Parts: sequence; structure tokens; C-alpha cells
Amino acid sequence: MADIDIPPSRKAASPFSSNTPLLAWSRRLLKSMLPPLVAVLVALFAGAVLLAVTGFNPLDIFTVMVSGVFQNVRSIAEMLLKATPLILIGVGLCVSFRCSIWNIGAEGQFYAGACAATFCGVNFAGLPPALHICLVLVAGTAAGALWAAIAGVLKVAFNASEIVTTIMLNYIAIFMTSYLVTGPLMEQGAAYPQSAKFAHAIWLPRIIPSTRLHIGILIAVALAVVAYVFLFRSSAGYAVRIVGINSHAARYAGISVSRSIVLAIAISGALAGLAGAVQIEGVTYRLYQDISPGYGFEAIAVALLANNNPIGAILSGILFATLDSGSELMQINAQVPQVLVFVIQGMVILSVVGFAALKFQSARPSE
Amino acid sequence: MAGQTLLRIENVHKRFGAVIASAGASIEVREGEIYALLGENGAGKSVLMSILCGVLTADEGRIVCRGVELQPGSPEEAVRRGIGMVHQHFMLVPNLTVAENYVLGQGSPLRVLSHMKAVSARIRELSDKYGLDVRPDALVRNLSVGEQQRVEILKVLYHGIDLLILDEPTAVLTPQETDRLLELLRDLVADGKTVIFISHKLDEVMRVSDRVSVMRDGKVVFTTDTSATNPRELARMMVGRDVLMELPREAARQGEIVLSVRDLACNNELGLPAVRGVSFDVRRNEIVGIAGVSGNGQSELALAMSGLAPATAGSIRLNGEELCGLSPAAINRRSFAHVPEDRHKMGIVLPLPLTENVILQRYNRPPFSARGLLRSRAVEDHTRDLVQRFKVKARDIDVPIQTLSGGNQQKLVVARELARHPDFLLINQLTRGIDIGAMEFVMQEVLKQREAGKAILLISTELEELFAICDRILVIYEGRIIGEMPPDRSRLDEIGLLMAGKEPSARSAGSEPVRVH
Ligand SMILES: Nc1ncnc2c1ncn2[C@@H]1O[C@H](COP(=O)(O)OP(=O)(O)OP(=O)(O)O)[C@@H](O)[C@H]1O
Ligand SMILES: [Mg+2]
Repeated sequence: MADIDIPPSRKAASPFSSNTPLLAWSRRLLKSMLPPLVAVLVALFAGAVLLAVTGFNPLDIFTVMVSGVFQNVRSIAEMLLKATPLILIGVGLCVSFRCSIWNIGAEGQFYAGACAATFCGVNFAGLPPALHICLVLVAGTAAGALWAAIAGVLKVAFNASEIVTTIMLNYIAIFMTSYLVTGPLMEQGAAYPQSAKFAHAIWLPRIIPSTRLHIGILIAVALAVVAYVFLFRSSAGYAVRIVGINSHAARYAGISVSRSIVLAIAISGALAGLAGAVQIEGVTYRLYQDISPGYGFEAIAVALLANNNPIGAILSGILFATLDSGSELMQINAQVPQVLVFVIQGMVILSVVGFAALKFQSARPSE
Repeated sequence: MAGQTLLRIENVHKRFGAVIASAGASIEVREGEIYALLGENGAGKSVLMSILCGVLTADEGRIVCRGVELQPGSPEEAVRRGIGMVHQHFMLVPNLTVAENYVLGQGSPLRVLSHMKAVSARIRELSDKYGLDVRPDALVRNLSVGEQQRVEILKVLYHGIDLLILDEPTAVLTPQETDRLLELLRDLVADGKTVIFISHKLDEVMRVSDRVSVMRDGKVVFTTDTSATNPRELARMMVGRDVLMELPREAARQGEIVLSVRDLACNNELGLPAVRGVSFDVRRNEIVGIAGVSGNGQSELALAMSGLAPATAGSIRLNGEELCGLSPAAINRRSFAHVPEDRHKMGIVLPLPLTENVILQRYNRPPFSARGLLRSRAVEDHTRDLVQRFKVKARDIDVPIQTLSGGNQQKLVVARELARHPDFLLINQLTRGIDIGAMEFVMQEVLKQREAGKAILLISTELEELFAICDRILVIYEGRIIGEMPPDRSRLDEIGLLMAGKEPSARSAGSEPVRVH
């Protein structure tokens, strides 16, 4: 991993350190996992204080939450179902953030992917199911990539801030979805604005009997590994990272900065679009308004907590999904208002960002 | 004026993992003196000074200033005690003005903002007092390195510092700027301040310091009054052997032309003409130097040649092939290597490990890349090879390059470029920050490339560097080549005049005529 911080400690001064590659590797893994872990603990502690102040017993509440989420196979499956889009989108955002491209538009790219997927899902009924499933996934991926690439092209052509353009593209995609489900894609004779339901044959296969968990989670984990290899083991990923850290050095190295920028944001859009397609094919089976409860935004926190490491995004996606599922349980079983859980999630993000700032401080060169 | 003891650093130890940066270093600084600190790259000078001013915390040892022990690891405390440092690599925020940089981190933003007028007035006052020529409302990113350094020095003075630490302040300065700086240091001392001065340039140390210490492997091994020593002795103390100032080299051979520049012109970042019609050839087995006061178009010339800035006119031919209009990537692939002027801005990627820094231009080509993937074994072997051959001091090859000392970073950049075995090598500042022992080695490596039939263009503000290895020296002034000289130290005055834009009219009889384009 390239994101190792400056070794600050004199404690680590063992002459036997990093003797075997495996030992060195696991030491580094531990070290890179430590800051986010501490950040989460700090946030949970702050959350506990908050709960205590508002008259709850934090220990009870956390017990309810964790034991609820991990109660049985079904509850775990539900949690992983929530984690799937978070991981998919978060992994993509890792790539874009590594390039220092602040794609805030994953939400819109998710919608763009969902729309394209729905269009292909309700049409082309004659295709063999396996082929049809692939077509739907590819369409969602491509739509998300294109949607994001717009912001990338605007950035390299006119130096338009991707933060602004991606937020604007969010609105367009979301309103476009509303239009589609109330117009061209609306189910014949339906009472609500929604698309027709996908044929059963093209639903994503489920992987655990009597749960809703589908192969999307496996796709997400596999793509996280692919993204990791891309970022840290491939030449193109190297270029993306160099551009993200020092664009002068990138130009000096002969890296095309524009190409890397468009590539990085398109990859993040592709994964967000794929998440949209997976959500439709695996969970909702049809398109409607507000199909995302804000996955695209929550995934920003997922990537940040993971320090923009795709493998880490698997873990942080699961953590956020746990908090999400737990929040429902807290509300139902412990009468904790859900907003409090949102506050705790906000605290996780804040302390993650805070720790990142601290790290930046200590990473100042010593000279 | 040897005053009484101002500061004592006692037995300071500091290690980073397995690297020992300080191994019981002790120094004593007297009130009102200029104290010079010498040592090889990675000897621990910067680390020791960072500990002194509270940026780093020592593992062991203590610092006593005016009889009071300093609280370790607290820059605020150091500033309160009047200790301030200008770091080897500047630490200004480019997008802020000078005045804004000065108040950064100085109390609440509201209070600071309401005081901006007073701040600017104080900056002007100090600037006038020491003749520093610093404008409080200038944007830092528009300043040259020399100006930025004056801003850094004034910043320290602004904070009421009376022990000023300068870490290799002259590495990036032209001889004229250096003279001015040394003069400033004497003014400061006359004004009651004390100065610690780190440099690799022995003549400066001899000229300006009262006392001098040499560091080796994290310890102070030698301290003396400057008047009681000489450069030779200092060099021997630093490197442990005699250093050759004259490098042996084979006589010049006339090879065929490798690089040919004709009527090249290009603009600077602000769109103003910086290079105005430059023509020269570089042949095989030849090192051509470009001398000049910095800011006369050297940076732009280097950028245009490497494709990083567009040329507005003219042509650059490498082995007969036109380079103008090609992308930097295409030029990279055409047997063209480039040691850039500013290693931190362009030459390296600070947070990345050594391994990922040595493949910068070859990240997508064999042997470092196959089928789109990086080949870590090849990358590691190559890095290890470079680190060993160039004696780069690093704990491991996978540490971030920013943990290396400044000179070791530069050695790795030079090593990387030489290892590409290009037909043509463009070097903009070869030995910036490199110690005298390593300097000799690096120059020898460049000479080896010359002997191996490469064509080399060396742009430098260091005349010593140019004299040591060049076959001929072109002088650049205001974007034009205004003369050509042999690398002959006895004609230093003429070169000096040319660099100042003056035609050396009264030439000593018998010397060959200066060719003016
Ligand atoms: N943050 C750090 N992490 C690990 N090692 C470090 C760090 N800072 C410095 N070092 C190591 O400490 C040693 C001393 O470094 P220092 O920067 O003091 O050298 P220096 O004498 O200033 O050399 P130079 O003349 O090249 O600037 C070097 O080997 C360097 O690699
Ligand atoms: Mg140093």
C-alpha cells in the first residue's frame, strides 16, 4: 500500500522488524487500519455520551444494536444487502479520490445506472436470461460511467470544479428518473409512478436460502479486489495516484493528466451505475422515485473511512451498513430516535476527517 | 564578539525506526555568533535543528537555552524563547499573501484579520530595516525562490526571533543572492542576533561563520574556530578523506551532433517572453553548460525542451528528429532524460516510497510494467541497485521519499535519470543540496555518461559545478545566449560580466575571443 504514513514512533525501533515480508505486510496493514479504528472508537464513545445525556443507557443500546444486527443469518444477510451498494460505490470513489477528484455525484450516477438498467430490463424480453442479466448490468455500468465522465470532461476542458458539476448532475439524474417513471418507463395502468417489474428470470440469483441476499455482495467484494489491484499494482492506477498527489510530477513523468482524471471519475461512475443496476435487479426489481436513500452520499464516508483503500471500503461499507440496520433496531427495540443514529454516523465521519487532518499535520517533512 | 553561551544541545538522540538520525549530538552556541554546521547528506543536521526548534521530539537528551531547559517538541515554546528556523524546503502557503502567511496560526482569525494593516506595516518596517525587499501583499506563489527565502527569513524576524537557524539557505540561491544573504547575516549579528547556518559550500562557511562544527552519523565530531581551519581540513572531517575538486577527465572528442536547438523561444507562466531565440548544439561525448543568474530563462528553456511548456518558435532536434510539439511522454520515450530544477515540485512524489519514485517515467514500460501491471520485483531490484550504487541513505526502499534527507532525495533523482541511459541528458541543477563527497561522486557519474558517448546539457547557477565538468559554457542573459566560454577558472571575471549582461570588452591579451551569437 502506498498510503503509509511517516513512521513517527521510536517504539517501532525493533531491529527484527520487517524481517519476513509477511510480517512486514501485516504490520503495515495493522498500522494503516489503526487510525480509522481509533476514529470509529472515538465517535462511538462520543455517541455513547450523547445517548447517556439524552437519557439512554449506551451500553444497552449498543448491545441491542449489535446483537440485533448479528442475531441470525437473516439479519446479517439484510445488513450485507445494505452494504452491497455502499461497498460498490465506495470502492469506485476510492479510485476517484485517489486522483484527487472529488466526485460528489455518485448519487446521480447511481440513478443514471438504475435508469439505463431498467430500460434494458423491461425491454429485450427475448434474450436468454443470463445474457439479459449481463446486458442490464453492463447498461447500468456504462450509464454511470458516462454520467460521471461528463463532469470529468468539463473539468479537463474548462477547469470546471467537479464538486459543483457532479452535484448539479445529481439533480438532473434524479429528476430524470422522476420523469421516466411517470412517463416513458411507467408501468401500464399502475397507480404509482414506477416502472414495470422485471421478469423473475432476470432477478439476480440469491446466495443464502430464505434471505434476500443476492450475488451483488460477491460482485462488490470481487470488484474491490480488482480496484485494489488496479490502483496499487497496475500502471494506469499508478498514473491515477501520481496525478492525485502531484500533477506537476505527473506531467514530468509523461502521464496524461486529463486522461487519468477522466478515467478515474469514469471508473467511480461505472461502479455507482453498476450499484444502481444491481439494486434494481437484486432488490427492488423495478424503478421508482427516491430509489436510493442516499447511498451515493453515504459511500463518500465509506471511502473516507477506508482511507481510499478499496479493500478497506469492504470493511467500512459493512460498518456503515451495520449502523444503518442498527438504527432501525434501536428505533424499534429501544425507542431511540433514528436521528440520534444519524448524529452518531455524522460523528464517525467527523472524527475520520479529523484524524486525517492530524495525520496530515504529522506528515510534514522534517526538514 | 564571542559572547557567553546562549544555547546548549546536550547528548540528543533520535531514531526513526532502525535509522539513527542523532546519536548523542551536543553543540554549544554563543551569543552573537554565526555558527556553521557541516556534514554529509543524512548526517543528521536537519533533524537536530528540527529538534531544537520543537518540530521533532528527541528520544533522549536536552536543550538548554539561557540556562532554562526547553520543553521538548513544542515549536511555540521555541518561538517564545526566541528560536526560529528557515527550513531546507520552504513552508509557505503558496496561495496566500506574504502577510497572511505571517499571521497563519497566530490566534483567532477575527483578531488577526482586524490587525492586517498593522501586520503589513510591521513587515514593511522590518523589510526596510534589513533591506529585504519584501512586499506584504504579494502572493507567495508568484515569488521566485530567492524572494521566498527572504520572506521566510523576515517571517522569523517578524516573530521576534533572536536565534535564527538557516538550513541550507544558499542551495537555491545565485551567487549574487548568496552574497546578499551572507551580508544580511552579518547585519543580523551586528544587530545582536545569533545565527546557526547549515551549508554544503565550504567557501561560504569560511567567509561568514565564527565557529564551525562537523556532524557525522548523528554526532558532532569536530568543532573549531573558523579562523583556525581551512576548507581542506573541513572536507576531510566531513567525508573522512581528501576530496578532489578537480575531476580527471578525458580530453574532449568531437562527436556528431545529438541535440540541436535553433531559434527557440517560449513564454513564462505569465505569458511573457522568457526565452528569446536560443540556438546551440550538444554533441556526443560533450557536456555543455548554461550559466546565468537564475530567472534569465533557464527554467523555461528546460521546460520547453522537455515538452512541459510549449515553444512559441524555433526547433529542437534530437538525433535529427523534431521534438517541438511532442508530448512529454513522447519526448521521454525518445532517449531524453531530465533532472528537474525543483525536486519537490516536479522531480519526486513526496509521500510515495522510493520504489514508486524511481519508475516515474517508466511506470508503463518494460521492465517495470508487463501487460498493464507493475512488476514489483523488477521495481524493487532496480531501486535497490540505484540506492546502493549512489549510496542513498535510506532505511528501506519502501519508505516514503520524504523521510530521506534533502541531499539523498537529490541523489536518487540523479540516479534515476542517469540509469535511463539516454542519448541526451538535460540537467537543471545537478548537485543542489548534495554534500561535497557525494558531489564528487555524482559529477564523476555524469562524466562517465559523457565518456560513454552521451550528450549532456547542464544548466546551473553554480559556476564551480560548471567549471568542474563542462566542455564549454554558454552564458544566458534575459533569454538569450550572449556568449560562450571555455571552462577556465582564470576567466571567471569575464563570465561574471557576461552573466550580468555586460560585454567583457577589456579582455586580457592572448585569451581566445569570446564568441557571441
Ligand atoms: N521523518 C523521518 N522518518 C524517517 N527517517 C528520517 C526522517 N527524517 C529524517 N530521517 C533520516 O534521518 C537521517 C538524518 O536526516 P537529516 O535530514 O537530518 O540529514 P541532513 O544532515 O540534513 O542531510 P542533508 O544534507 O541531505 O539535508 C537521514 O538518514 C534521514 O533519512
Ligand atoms: Mg538537511
